Amino acid sequence: MTTLQSNILEKHTPTGREEAWRFTPLKRLGGMHDGTATPVLHNSLIAKSELPNGVTLSHTTIKSITETDDAIVNRIREFTDQGTLLQISADTEVSSPIFLGRTQGVLDKAEFARVLIKVGSHAKATVIIENTGDTHIAEDLEIQVGPGANLTFICLQEWGSQTIHAGRHHATVDRDASFKSIVVTVGGNLVRLLPTVDFIAPGASCDLSGVYFATAGQFFEHRMFVDHKVPHAKSRVNYKGALAGDKAHTVWIGDVFIRAAAEGTDTYELNRNLLLSDGARADSVPNLEIETGEIVGAGHASTTGRFDDEQLFYLMSRGINMEDARRLVVRGFFNEIVAEIGIEEIQNRIMTRIDEELAKAGN
Amino acid sequence: MSTLEIRGLKVSVDTEQGAIEILKGVDLTIKSGETHAIMGPNGSGKSTLAYSIAGHPKYTITGGTVTLDGADVLEMTVDERAKAGLFLAMQYPVEVPGVSVSNFLRTAATALRGEAPKLREWVGEVKSAMESLKMDASFAQRNVNEGFSGGEKKRHEIMQLELLKPKFAILDETDSGLDVDALRIVSEGVVRAKAANNHGILLITHYTRILKYIKPDFVHVFANGRIVEEGGPELADKLEANGYAEYVSA
Ligand SMILES: Nc1ncnc2c1ncn2[C@@H]1O[C@H](COP(=O)(O)OP(=O)(O)OP(=O)(O)O)[C@@H](O)[C@H]1O
Ligand SMILES: [Mg+2]
Repeated sequence: MTTLQSNILEKHTPTGREEAWRFTPLKRLGGMHDGTATPVLHNSLIAKSELPNGVTLSHTTIKSITETDDAIVNRIREFTDQGTLLQISADTEVSSPIFLGRTQGVLDKAEFARVLIKVGSHAKATVIIENTGDTHIAEDLEIQVGPGANLTFICLQEWGSQTIHAGRHHATVDRDASFKSIVVTVGGNLVRLLPTVDFIAPGASCDLSGVYFATAGQFFEHRMFVDHKVPHAKSRVNYKGALAGDKAHTVWIGDVFIRAAAEGTDTYELNRNLLLSDGARADSVPNLEIETGEIVGAGHASTTGRFDDEQLFYLMSRGINMEDARRLVVRGFFNEIVAEIGIEEIQNRIMTRIDEELAKAGN
Repeated sequence: MSTLEIRGLKVSVDTEQGAIEILKGVDLTIKSGETHAIMGPNGSGKSTLAYSIAGHPKYTITGGTVTLDGADVLEMTVDERAKAGLFLAMQYPVEVPGVSVSNFLRTAATALRGEAPKLREWVGEVKSAMESLKMDASFAQRNVNEGFSGGEKKRHEIMQLELLKPKFAILDETDSGLDVDALRIVSEGVVRAKAANNHGILLITHYTRILKYIKPDFVHVFANGRIVEEGGPELADKLEANGYAEYVSA
């Protein structure tokens, strides 16, 4: 068995020595990891517009589709079997996005939330979750992408500055299905997300991309895991982050496991970070573990750099001042991924937020 | 009538072995409407001169002055120099990922003109600049210089010259990497821009072929960090025939 994502715990409580927890400032988790937080069932996830035919949202008993050794998720499952179920029936093609969101938070306790998104076979949909406001939330979110289905999952963390958010977003992707996720994390005190994918039948594919921007004091962790356990699956991972300000800290872990059975695997993962000031720290750890040589391709790359002086000079030599030049370069850096959201209103909002984060960082 | 005046300019770059002096005292005066060609061997410091005037942070000015109508250019930030009327067409234009040509041009024009150009007129301006440089309209949506061929990058530089209307244009080897047709198209762009704006030109080149289109009033031979000979257009013909050997100390 792989050591990737190893998370062996004593009494279900991480100490910080475990591989999966070694970067996370446990003290800032609001007690969600060690049983000291007071859990509440809050069902904060709501539909923001009328649901189309073939799509239902209900509060019901949730049956997990996967096991995990994540401490927080196991505490959620011990606490409750109730949660939110979004179902997209088989063969349903939803042309406009399904907007969900959380706005009503809890701060003195912690919302322990379970969510299951079931996409029936050959269904096609885009689901957007807009997370705003301030809250403490531990989240166990599972996505089941049925055979031949096609899901785009856009998850926006536009939280306020007090939010603590620890979530596992786990997708199982069935035969010939494709799963695309875009994660945006631009707000919160601490956000720790586990965007993970299990391929459960050949021909499945996933495209996981994300952007994050941490400013002074913020901690954002994205801990990916793609499990190639079946032949002929394809995965792409592309996350980009920027950091500015004292003690801004981001962590990106890209674990990809190609098991012996996963012949014909095609995978590539990329993480790029832009360090915009001193005192910020970006950890970036791509991990590929390969048990079969019969693959199409496997690669990864990770870079962390500062502003490119040549780019700034070029822009400024055309009369653009330093501040605007930096804004253009940062927008340009994120544009590749933000543009994939495909909804102009959201793209503009995210870019404006990125401008604001950059302005907050000063100089 | 404007004057760009370079006096005793000395410039060094920092290297691991310490600073090395590259420009060793350059004197040059350019007036509106004049075209000055600078020709010289590889590594003689031509691009260093161009970048130093534009304010690239890599270069340290150790002596001399650069003034534009009396204003101290060396005291200005890079964008202030552009606003004062300087334009540098680069030998190696820089790629800016994720920033579209159209966004870039509009941001630059807004900065230089002090207000956003009226949208309808601006669209027409860009369209005609692109057409006259034989650039496909799709370039407007592409990222700045990203994946452009060498020739496309040079066309893009001259397109900016036409749109941004500087007082002085420094063209650093705008001719290199161009085939015969592209050379003509790009040169015509320079000539057209000059006819419209009467700006001064500092044209850096190795070859005389571009001088058939852009006729210089003065030719300066550059070697070893300074101007070593000056003359009229006939000097270019002499260089074409004899090369730089007599100017390069062994
Ligand atoms: N960072 C650096 N470290 C060492 N030498 C440098 C550095 N930057 C520039 N130089 C040197 O300065 C000299 C002048 O370079 P410059 O680019 O100005 O020449 P040029 O005349 O434009 O040459 P070309 O015709 O090849 O474009 C060269 O010898 C170059 O190697
Ligand atoms: Mg040069």
